[in-house]
Amino acid sequence: MELLSYILQQLINGLQLGAVYALIALGYTMVYGVLRLINFAHGDIFMLGAFIAYYLITRLNIPIYLVFPITMLLTALAGYLMEKIAYKPLRNAPRISLLITAVGVSLFLEYFLGLNALFTSNYIGFPRPFRIETYDCSLFTITNVQVLIFLVTAASLILLYLLIYMTKQGKAMRAVSFDQEVASLMGINIDATISLTFIIGAALAGAGGILYGIAYPQINVFMGIMPGIKSFIAAVLGGIGIIHGAVLGGIIIGISEVFVSAFLSSTFRDGVIFFILLLVLLLKPSGIFGKRIDKV
Amino acid sequence: MKRIFFIICALMLVLTLSSPLFAKETVRIGLIVPLTGDVKTFGESYKNAFSLALEEYAKKGKYTIDPVIADDKNDPTEGTNAALKLMTQDKVTAVIGPMTSKVTIPVSELATKQKVPLVTGTATNPKVTISDGKRKPYVFRACFIDPFQGTVAAGFALKNLKAGTAAILYDVGNDYSKGLADYFQATFKKGKGTVVAYESYQKDDVDFSALITKIQVKKPDVIYIPDYYNKVALIAKQIREKGLRSTMLGGDGWDSPDLIKNAGDAIMGSYFTNHYSPDRKDPVAEAFIKRYKQKYNAVPDTFAALGYDATMILLKALDSAKRPAQDDIVRQLAALKNFKGVTGNIGFDKNGDAVKSVVILKVEKEGFKYVTTINP
Repeated sequence: MELLSYILQQLINGLQLGAVYALIALGYTMVYGVLRLINFAHGDIFMLGAFIAYYLITRLNIPIYLVFPITMLLTALAGYLMEKIAYKPLRNAPRISLLITAVGVSLFLEYFLGLNALFTSNYIGFPRPFRIETYDCSLFTITNVQVLIFLVTAASLILLYLLIYMTKQGKAMRAVSFDQEVASLMGINIDATISLTFIIGAALAGAGGILYGIAYPQINVFMGIMPGIKSFIAAVLGGIGIIHGAVLGGIIIGISEVFVSAFLSSTFRDGVIFFILLLVLLLKPSGIFGKRIDKV
Repeated sequence: MKRIFFIICALMLVLTLSSPLFAKETVRIGLIVPLTGDVKTFGESYKNAFSLALEEYAKKGKYTIDPVIADDKNDPTEGTNAALKLMTQDKVTAVIGPMTSKVTIPVSELATKQKVPLVTGTATNPKVTISDGKRKPYVFRACFIDPFQGTVAAGFALKNLKAGTAAILYDVGNDYSKGLADYFQATFKKGKGTVVAYESYQKDDVDFSALITKIQVKKPDVIYIPDYYNKVALIAKQIREKGLRSTMLGGDGWDSPDLIKNAGDAIMGSYFTNHYSPDRKDPVAEAFIKRYKQKYNAVPDTFAALGYDATMILLKALDSAKRPAQDDIVRQLAALKNFKGVTGNIGFDKNGDAVKSVVILKVEKEGFKYVTTINP
């Protein structure tokens, strides 16, 4: 009984972490789907989201239910600009140039925003926008922050599904991801579709940043690096380019991290996660839900 | 026109040539501190105290000091780069700092290689002055070392807090944190206590839920968290939010106004080992606290006090040396006995470490309250 409750409690911890990874992984996977680009700067958009929320809460005293939409709007704008300025001029360049540019954008965001005149490179305590309540469910306890994270992730996933499978823009996105040239022959506006993908991905990363800040209340300009890498692994694990794959991947990574810390030692944690990445790449490079291997 | 230009040139030449005749000889001293990053309040206090010490020295010292200040961001690579620049390009005579052990250890290797005297006020890991059993002759420190600090913390937990069980949480990549955790564990076990959890995390970790849930099951009397204030604030918050009520203990890395600011109620009632308490009754300390308050409008924390002591020790060695040359200064430092510092009487043992007592402070709403002093 005690062991069961211990395992359940750790499972909740893992789900909390995994749900945030899932939110970031969605953006990775969507951008990869349409551009075949691993957008390394995605983790930094996540960081930007946390900082925008921090300033909204501390400087402007904006209530939390408004912080989400405003932050997501601003990170979406950042994602849009990032694509327009850094990636669009390279639309016809070799893919490796795009990848290197993504690394450049990531470093630029970290070090530029880390200037003393901007966010500084200090560790900043993130304010708690509401009181933390703990609910006791006899076998385990759950906090309102955890509930909020589960709800936001679930809602994002549902909305994303509706968007991709029920709307014209979603259909365009799927078409572009399937074959860019043919899609453009069918009269689909490629640039607009790619922009939309970046906008949605960045908005989700922004939401992830706020949740992360609330759950683990300390932010700094380099906070996006590790979650970014872990979410990338999550996206690969679930099958990069596949929406539900990213969510499942995120949750698997989150739970594995927590369980390695809980039953082995936290020193092994990152090693185990990267080992999972190696295994996936060796045994099933297309990921859990991946069907075909892209040979382009 | 040409003539005016000539006159101006001549005037400038005379001015540049003549000025050293009136002024004292200039000595360049480097300061390496974290002014940004995860422990920036350490660096700010230290730099304030450094400036205050130089100001006082300017009134009666033998030389004019030209300070060169560098930011190490509490990162070993940044620190080493900054030190290399100070020692090879700026050609400083001596260096004060760095502050944290993980930065000071590589910088002390560099100082030994470049033969530049290095006085750190605050780096407490034994490896700062010794590597592979060999003394680094150019390195000195104005503070006690971690074996003593960790031992005192464990003794305090056993005797004063009557703790029977302890959990230890430390940063596996940080020499300071790991050293303290080891010494605490050894002493706690020797004193018939049980260490129920000995868990590590990594520098950039923010999610401690797995470790805390793991510790929670064991219900330890105390949790020892030897890390810097930012990480401690984050861990303390998560510990209390999970409903774990054990008393938390820590080391000198806790001393920052940001600890209470960031952790709030979560950290109240915790204890930590420190170098000095602003409540110290001593003429040198009281005078320093008064001047510091006047200038910076804040009570000096332990890092300000140690920064002041380290700077004053170096300046004293500089003045008593025949020439402002590195080897002369080192000889004077090694011979230093009974220096009356803000943090107590300082003299170096054969390893260049100061032998001093540890103060235990309790975290309360109004600030850090003095509990007791433990002598070596």
